Amino acid sequence: MLAIDAAKSAGASYADARISRNNVRNINTSQNRVVGLGDNETFGIGVRVLVGGSWGFAATSDLSRDEVARTAKVAVAQAKANRVAQRRPVTLAPVTPTPNGTWRSNARIDPFEVPIEEQVALLLAANEAALKVLKPNGQGAGFVNSSMFFLREEKSLATTDGTWVVQTVYRAQPSVTCQAVNIQTGDFQSRQSTDIQPMGRGYEHVLDGKLVENAPRWAEEAREKLKAKAVEVGRYDLVLHPTHLWLTIHESIAHPTELDRALGFEANYAGTSFVAPPDKVLGKLRYGPEMMNVQADREQDGSLGAIGWDDEGVKPDTYMIIKNGVVNDYQTTREQAPYLDWWYKQSGQPMRSHGNSYAQSFADVQFQRMPNVSLLPGTKEQSYEDLIAATDRGIAIVGDGSFSIDQQRYNAQFGGQLFYEIKGGKIVGMLKDVAYQMRTPEFWGGMDMIGGKQSYLLGGAFGDGKGQPAQSNAVSHGCPPTRHRNINVINTGRQA
Amino acid sequence: MTRPHSLFESALDAPKYMSRAEAEALTKKVLSYVTVDAARVSVGSGTLANSRFAVNQISTAGDTYTTNVSVRASVGKRSATASGNRLDDDSLKALVKKAESLARLSPEDPEAMPELGPQTFRESPGWSDATASLDPQGRATAVQKITSQAEKAGLVSTGYLEITAGANAVASSNGMFAWGRTTAAALTTTVRTPDGTGSGWAGASTNDWMRIDPAALGERAVQKAKASTNAVAVEPGRYTVVLEPTAVGNLVQLIGGALQARAADEGRSFFSKPGGGTKIGLKVVDERVTLVSNPYDSDSYGAAFTGEGLPTEPVTWIENGVVKNLAYDRYWAQQKQMKATGAQGSFKMSGGSSSLEEMIASTERGLLVTRLWYIRGVDPRVILFTGLTRDGTFLIEKGKITRAVKNLRWNESPIFMLNNIEMMGRPERVSASESGSAGQALVVPPLKARDFMFTSLSDAV
Repeated sequence: MLAIDAAKSAGASYADARISRNNVRNINTSQNRVVGLGDNETFGIGVRVLVGGSWGFAATSDLSRDEVARTAKVAVAQAKANRVAQRRPVTLAPVTPTPNGTWRSNARIDPFEVPIEEQVALLLAANEAALKVLKPNGQGAGFVNSSMFFLREEKSLATTDGTWVVQTVYRAQPSVTCQAVNIQTGDFQSRQSTDIQPMGRGYEHVLDGKLVENAPRWAEEAREKLKAKAVEVGRYDLVLHPTHLWLTIHESIAHPTELDRALGFEANYAGTSFVAPPDKVLGKLRYGPEMMNVQADREQDGSLGAIGWDDEGVKPDTYMIIKNGVVNDYQTTREQAPYLDWWYKQSGQPMRSHGNSYAQSFADVQFQRMPNVSLLPGTKEQSYEDLIAATDRGIAIVGDGSFSIDQQRYNAQFGGQLFYEIKGGKIVGMLKDVAYQMRTPEFWGGMDMIGGKQSYLLGGAFGDGKGQPAQSNAVSHGCPPTRHRNINVINTGRQA
Repeated sequence: MTRPHSLFESALDAPKYMSRAEAEALTKKVLSYVTVDAARVSVGSGTLANSRFAVNQISTAGDTYTTNVSVRASVGKRSATASGNRLDDDSLKALVKKAESLARLSPEDPEAMPELGPQTFRESPGWSDATASLDPQGRATAVQKITSQAEKAGLVSTGYLEITAGANAVASSNGMFAWGRTTAAALTTTVRTPDGTGSGWAGASTNDWMRIDPAALGERAVQKAKASTNAVAVEPGRYTVVLEPTAVGNLVQLIGGALQARAADEGRSFFSKPGGGTKIGLKVVDERVTLVSNPYDSDSYGAAFTGEGLPTEPVTWIENGVVKNLAYDRYWAQQKQMKATGAQGSFKMSGGSSSLEEMIASTERGLLVTRLWYIRGVDPRVILFTGLTRDGTFLIEKGKITRAVKNLRWNESPIFMLNNIEMMGRPERVSASESGSAGQALVVPPLKARDFMFTSLSDAV
C-alpha cells in the first residue's frame, strides 16, 4: 500500500506492487550419491507504474519504508523516461477489483515440511531399484539420476484499482532418468520419467508418482531401446500419447496464439506467429478439424497455470482459443485486450483481459505469459489403446523428448521417449531414432481420431522461456491421445 | 554494504557490484557464523541493465541490481547448500544454520572433496569501464542508431541491448578467497518488412561496449531484411554452406556441453571410445581445427576461478583435429590421475584467411546462412542437434548470391561440420545465444563446409 501510494503521489495513473517470498528446494542424486542438496529463498517487492501511458518498473529486496517509497519513485522516473518516444499510449482493459482475496494451490502436503532425509531416501531407493535392472548382478554399464524440485511462492498484490490479494503457489517435480550403455558398440539410450509430469501440487505428487515401484520399468525400457529396431524413414500415421502430445500443443498452439507475438513485440527472440494478423485470422483461420477444441484456463486442479488472480489482479477466465477447429481468441493481459476490442464487439463478448499476466519473480516485470492451454477430449469415449487398434500402419509415441520449432511456429520436429511400431492394429515392437517433422496446419489438419474424457492427462513444463531478459513460466497442457495421418518421420541415428 | 540493496536503480551512482573489500568482509562474516567442519560461501552481485525496443521504439528499460549469498556446509562427508538474497546479520545467520542442518541430514558422499585452501589467482581481462558506465541515456542513443535507420527504410526494428557488470566471490573455511569482476554487453536486432515477408538480423556481444558499433549492426540488419524478401523454396538435402560467424558459433558451442571426461569414461558421450576409454589422442575433426578455452585471452575471456575456487588455466580441447583434453572435476581428475580443468564456458576456435566474399565466389551452388535458431539436442552419441535457419538465408549460384531462400530445418552435428570444412575466415567474437543475452565469450571464424544436412522447409519468415 505504501508503494502504490508513493507511486500515485509521484504522478502514476496506475500502479501495482507485488511482494513475494520464494522458497525453492532442489535434491539431485546420481547412482548411490546425493550430488546436490540445497534450499534457496528470495524475498522482495516489485512496483510497476503507468505514467502518461508508459510503463515503469522497479524492484528491491529491502522492504524498509524508505526504500519501498524510493523504489516506487524510481519506477515513476523510469516511466517518464520511457514516454519520450511513445507511439501508442498504454490503455488498460477494465477490471473488477478484489479488495481482500486469498488463494492457495491444492497442495495437501507442504514439501518443505517433509523431513529432507525422507525425500533423499526415496530418491536413493528409486535409484537402487533402477540399478538392479540396469546392472543385473552388478554387471554391465547403467546409470540413473533422480531429482526432486519444489517451489512455494507466497505472493501479495496491491493495485491502485483497489485489489489486495494474497496467494500461495506450490509446484512439484520428481524426476528419474535411466541410461543404458553398450560400451562395445558405443551406443547409449535414455529413458526419462515423463509419465510423471510437473504439477501445481505438494509432496503428495511425489508419493503418487511411486518412483521406487516405477524405476525398474524405466530402467528396462532404457535397456530395450538399446536393442530396438532403427526406424525406416517415411510417412506414418502417428498415435500420440498425452505424455508426448502436451509438448506439441505447447509449441504449435499455445505459443502462436500469444497476442504479443502476433503483434510483433517478441520478434527479436521468441519470434512472431503464423496466426496473424488478428483481423485476418480470428473467426477465419482453420487450425484443424471440427473436433478440435482448445481451451485456455488457469483453474484446472493441480495445473501449473492455476491461480486465483494474475499478476495484475485479474481473475482469469476460461476461454476457447480454437473452437470447432477455427481460431477464436488470443491470450491477453489488460494492456493487450483493447487491441481486440473490435473482435469482442463483433462476437458479442465483453472486452476484458483473460488474466494471462505473469512475472517469474518480484524482480521481473510482468507481461503476457500463457495460461494452461489444453486440447479438449472428443465426445466418443476411446482410449490410447483404441487408437492403436484402429491403426493399420503407424508409430505410437510415448513421452516428450527433443523439440524444436521455427520462430513463426510452422515447422517443428519432435522426438519422444518410447516409440512403438504399429502393424494391423497391434504394437509389434520398439523402434529407436524416431523424430517427426511437421508443418503445424497440416499436422492438426491431419488429426482424425481423438481420445475421450477418460484418456485426458495433464502434462507441463517449468522452463517456458520468453521475453528479454528471458523469464521462465510454468504451465500445464491437458490432452487426450490423438491420431495424425501421414506424418513425415525421419531417422535421427547417425554414425560418427 | 551500508547502502540500500535496490534492484532497480536509475541513478548513475547506483551500486554495480560488490567490491573486493565488501565481498571479503561479507564472506568473512558468514564464515564466522559456521559451527560445522567446513564451509564455502559464494557471493554473486551485479547489475543487469537493459533496453528493449519493439516497433521502432523503446518498450521497456531497467537496471536491476541483485546479490545472492550461497553457503555450502559440510559435516564430515555430508554437505548441503542454502542460498538467499537478504544480507542482514540475522538472515545470514539463519542461512548458515539452514545449510548446517541440511548437511547433517544429508547422507555421506563417497566422492566428497575437501574445501580448497589458499590459492593463487590471475586476473581475467573481462572488465570494461565503458560497459559498466553505460547509462540508460547511452543505451537509448545506441538503440536510436538502429531504429532511425529502420524507420527511414520503411522497416520495423525490434531488439535488445543488455549490459552486465558484476562480481563473484568465493571463500572457504580453509582460507581460500577468490574475487573477480566481469562486464558483458550484447546488442541484437531483428528488422522486418512491415508486411512480414522479409527479416534480417545482426548482433554483437563483447565485454567491452566500445567494440560494438550499433549503427553498423542496424545497417546490416536493414540490408538483410530488404534482401530477404520474395524468398523461394529450395529442395531440402545436403548443401554446401557458407556460414557466417554467428551460425558457426551456434554450432561450435554445442561441443562444450559434451566435454565432460567422466561421461566419456563411462561410455555415454561422443567422446567415449567404443570398447572403453575416451577419445583423447584421436582425430575427430579436420586438422585445421583447434579449440581452446583461455580465460586470460582478451577476446575469449572467462572466469579466473571455478565455483569451488579452483584457479582456471587455459585448456586446449582439440588441437589440429585431435582431442587433447576433456573437462575433469576435482574428484574425477584424482581418480584418473589427470589435472582438474573445471568446466569452462568460453571458447576460441582457429580460423583461416578466406573472406566471406571469397567463400561465396568459390561456391558453385550453396546456401549463405546468417544464424541458426531453436537448437535442441537430438542424439548425444554424435552431438546431433536440430534447428532452423533464420533472418537471412540466401542462395549462392556460380559464385554469386542470387536470391533469398525460405528457411530450412537442419539435423547436423558440429563434429560432422568440422570434418567437412572447405574454407575458413578470421575468427571473431559472436553473439550466439538465442535469447540475446551476452552469455559466455565465443570466438569463431566464418566457414564454408560441404554436405550440410537440411531435412525440411519452413514457411517462417
